[in-house]
Amino acid sequence: MLRYVFTRLVQLVIITFLISVFAFLMVHLLPGDPTLAILGPNDTPAARAELLKQLGLNKPLLSQYVTWIKNVLHGNLGASFLTKQTVTNALSVALPIDLELIVVSQVVAILVAVPLALVAALRPNRLFDRVATTSTFGMLSLPTFVAGPLLVLVFAVELHWVPATGFNRLSQGLGPNLQSVILPSIALAIGSIAVYYRLLRADLIATLQEDFVTMARAKGLSTRYIMLRHVLRPSSFSLLAGAGISIGTLFTGAFVVEVLFQLPGIGFQLVQAIYSRDYLVVQGMALVAAVAFVVINFGVDFLLTLLDPRVRRA
Amino acid sequence: MPDAHRDLTLAPSEMVAAEAGTESVLALEALAPAGTRKRRLGLLFWVCAGWIGLMVLLAVLASVLPLTNPNFQNYAALNAGPSIHHLFGTDDLGRDLFSRVIFGSRVSLVIGFAPVAIGLVTGGSLGLLAGYRSGVADTVLNAFSFVILAFPALLAIMVIETFWRPVSLWKLTVMFAVVAAPQLFRVIRATTLSFAGREFVTAARTMGASTPRILMRELLPNVVPAALSFALIGVAVAVVLEGALAFLGLSVGLPTPSLGNIINEGVNNNLLQSNPYIALWPSLYIFLLLTGLNLMADRLRSHFDVREVKL
Amino acid sequence: MTPWRRRLPVAFPEVSELEGPLLEVEDLHTHFRTPRGLVRAVDGVSFSVGRGRTLGVVGESGSGKTVLTRSIMGLLPGSNVERSGTVRLSGHELTALPPAELRDVWGLQVAMVFQDPMTALNPVVRVERQITESLRLRVGLDRKGAHDTALALLTSVGIPAPERRLRNYPHELSGGMRQRVMIAIALACGPRLLLADEPTTGLDVTVQAQILDLLAAQQRERSMGMILVTHDLGVVASRTDDIVVMYAGRVVEQAATAELFAHTRMPYTEALLRSIPRLADPSHTRLRAIPGRPPDLAATPPGCRFAPRCPYVQARCEAEEPPLRSAGHGHLFRCWYPVGSTEGDEALARNLAARVPAALAFTAAPSRPDGQAPAPPEAPPPGTVAPPAPAVPAATTTPAATTPAATTPAPTPKVDSLWATSPPADSGHGPATPGAG
Repeated sequence: MLRYVFTRLVQLVIITFLISVFAFLMVHLLPGDPTLAILGPNDTPAARAELLKQLGLNKPLLSQYVTWIKNVLHGNLGASFLTKQTVTNALSVALPIDLELIVVSQVVAILVAVPLALVAALRPNRLFDRVATTSTFGMLSLPTFVAGPLLVLVFAVELHWVPATGFNRLSQGLGPNLQSVILPSIALAIGSIAVYYRLLRADLIATLQEDFVTMARAKGLSTRYIMLRHVLRPSSFSLLAGAGISIGTLFTGAFVVEVLFQLPGIGFQLVQAIYSRDYLVVQGMALVAAVAFVVINFGVDFLLTLLDPRVRRA
Repeated sequence: MPDAHRDLTLAPSEMVAAEAGTESVLALEALAPAGTRKRRLGLLFWVCAGWIGLMVLLAVLASVLPLTNPNFQNYAALNAGPSIHHLFGTDDLGRDLFSRVIFGSRVSLVIGFAPVAIGLVTGGSLGLLAGYRSGVADTVLNAFSFVILAFPALLAIMVIETFWRPVSLWKLTVMFAVVAAPQLFRVIRATTLSFAGREFVTAARTMGASTPRILMRELLPNVVPAALSFALIGVAVAVVLEGALAFLGLSVGLPTPSLGNIINEGVNNNLLQSNPYIALWPSLYIFLLLTGLNLMADRLRSHFDVREVKL
Repeated sequence: MTPWRRRLPVAFPEVSELEGPLLEVEDLHTHFRTPRGLVRAVDGVSFSVGRGRTLGVVGESGSGKTVLTRSIMGLLPGSNVERSGTVRLSGHELTALPPAELRDVWGLQVAMVFQDPMTALNPVVRVERQITESLRLRVGLDRKGAHDTALALLTSVGIPAPERRLRNYPHELSGGMRQRVMIAIALACGPRLLLADEPTTGLDVTVQAQILDLLAAQQRERSMGMILVTHDLGVVASRTDDIVVMYAGRVVEQAATAELFAHTRMPYTEALLRSIPRLADPSHTRLRAIPGRPPDLAATPPGCRFAPRCPYVQARCEAEEPPLRSAGHGHLFRCWYPVGSTEGDEALARNLAARVPAALAFTAAPSRPDGQAPAPPEAPPPGTVAPPAPAVPAATTTPAATTPAATTPAPTPKVDSLWATSPPADSGHGPATPGAG
């Protein structure tokens, strides 16, 4: 076990390092001169030379990389040449939004998927199960950039229940905040619902075959009690596995959702920076986002191995 | 009992079994690799295959078909609803939505299928080899693919794109292929591993079959079904990824339409209110495409009884 | 704990007011619809169990005995099962009850002890909750009351340090303790009928004895009826009042225990008895297993189901299935050429002459692999297996048995199996008594 942890940590460190190299190299190796983008119409050879020196772009690559890493580790991710706002600052604004999106969307997904799976597993292949399974299968074909506009069309445009765009901070009140977050969260949740439902349903059906379920029935306990207090817990590992699978889709989906609903999260800011060739911001944000992604992935993977019910604990 | 000598599709191991005079069909089936079991793929599968085939056909023949120029702005018919002239209606610049969707589907389909095909050939063949013959190369490739797969694909592509301008179809294809190949490598390697230990492979080896022959005649027919199913899912994932990129404005640039950026256009400027069709038709197309792909992949998986391959 | 709605249980008359038998099973059939055909797992079983009495159900794996217990309770999964016949508990027809009311009966009136406590106990739920949930949800005790009752239950089933055990998870207990916990759970709500499905399989022999003693003691205390299902004749020999022998879904012999052992009629029962290894046999003695396998329950043969393996088989057996006939004193058997009758003896002799394999295997003395003949006389004349200790009506642990007129050593107390003491050399009644207790 300890050896496994160690191996994974080493892998994590290596990957993180590689990410940083990648992020660095992208900026410096691909064709396209960032100085042109920065200077715009003021592009003169002198100005370019000056900017190069200023940005330290004329030093050898390796020393540039080292400088950059040192800065990063001190929390200095650079600043946008447009807004002059530091990347760290922008991140501190953006991160809570992403967190809220993820939390709310996963809560929604679980609130929908778990009851559906519970009822479906009790009567597999009957009407409810078929309808639920088919619908969730359909959800697999609704990527966020398709589901999002549809939701906006129905709930914001036609029904006017929630605003179509814009983000209201928690400081402005929980109500408005939830209103602006609920639709994007649902759009994000759709992919997760399908995954959670399918995994949980399969797990529940397997658990229902176990002897201890027959014994619980023989005690005269109600079906509802048995499902919730006896069957759900052993099967909940599949929810964790589902979370692991969903991370990738959530990541992609968050970008889409933030742009669609104009929520100033990391994705939104990153896309803006890409449009405006704000290369330092792109570099810094991409680094943070990628590292976060990798760390979360490793974390979930690790939890999965740790909590695997097939592994008997001492 | 099938005539073993006539049936040239039988792998050497099956011929051996047949010649040994195994009477029981069941015994023969047990010896025979899984893919030869006869069960029907089902009507739904073929309907989906046909439907996707139609989509591909339309996309390929788009320039030849009598479609309005997708970029032609007809100011006389702004935001028109569906009609005989404009099957899907027009958008706010008077462009025919039907032809936009068809032309837009080209990008989605190319980026859906091409990288996966490339990945199958490169990653797949490497996976076949690695699964059959473990060794240093196998470990290296494994580590390599692990690294590539650990990166968030969308993010990586976005970042590369920022600086590898202008974005073009082939650049995107290359980037997607780089992401797809390790996945396919992993899957095919795992599947090959699970088959490489089976008796029919050992039997072939003892009969003196060379490695290429074993790979082609014994392992490949078994690995293909699992690979196919996964490849179809891969196409679906690629379509979604490209769509997301296009929605973000980071795919193939305008004026080339792409399903994702048509949806993007349909969402801006309150267009959802005035002309929801702009966003709806490409959404419907994507939904149908993905459903078809998912259904086919699912059916393939249950038909060949492929367990979820642990990567 | 959330207030789960409790339904008022079906009103059952007080146990003491009972006249008539506690449990009556009449012509119970349980068939499963499978792709291979209709599997007739229980094919026409009838018996009754009195209050405070123990019925043993004996049979091989696949004889239908587990399905029988589930079917009596009504615990079978719904979709592919056909059940017919009547099951009456204290006069109430269980088979006629709708599912919700049947659920009320489970646990309160009828309880089951399952075979494998490792799989029958939820591995992620502590022992305490597994006991107290019935107490709180079915009997309505509050948390403290349920806790105290659980403690008392654990003590009464012989578990030391019950307070600590309550907090354990099932995998933290030994096999014997888990089975005691299962019994405690089954007894928690004071059922009037206990179905024990192979309660000692997989346990050490000494632990087996303790568990069976425990069950007997509890039954006495609570005046419960009990059905003890097992494949081990040693278990039923001394702890049951009546025995039902099942084969391929049918009852093939049914009698009071003493009568069954003394006057076995059905060849299958006889073969079962003979297959029990005896401690007195020299080492490496070959076991006398019954050759062959039980029939496929989806395609039962037309005649007697035991015919392919029977040493007494005749042409009639394969053509016509024998009905259950009475041999007097409530002893039923299903055979055309029963053991101990003239027809039976003649049939066996004929088969031996014709060298029918089953007959040869039956009479062959179990030999040692090196060819030496075993020491004491072996095969008892058909029909007279020395009887075990007579079972007392309220199944108590019986004292050691003695063969009539044998000069065996002093009665061995409480040996829990048929391991016998060495047979008296001059006894004309075959090997010493299959063990006592």
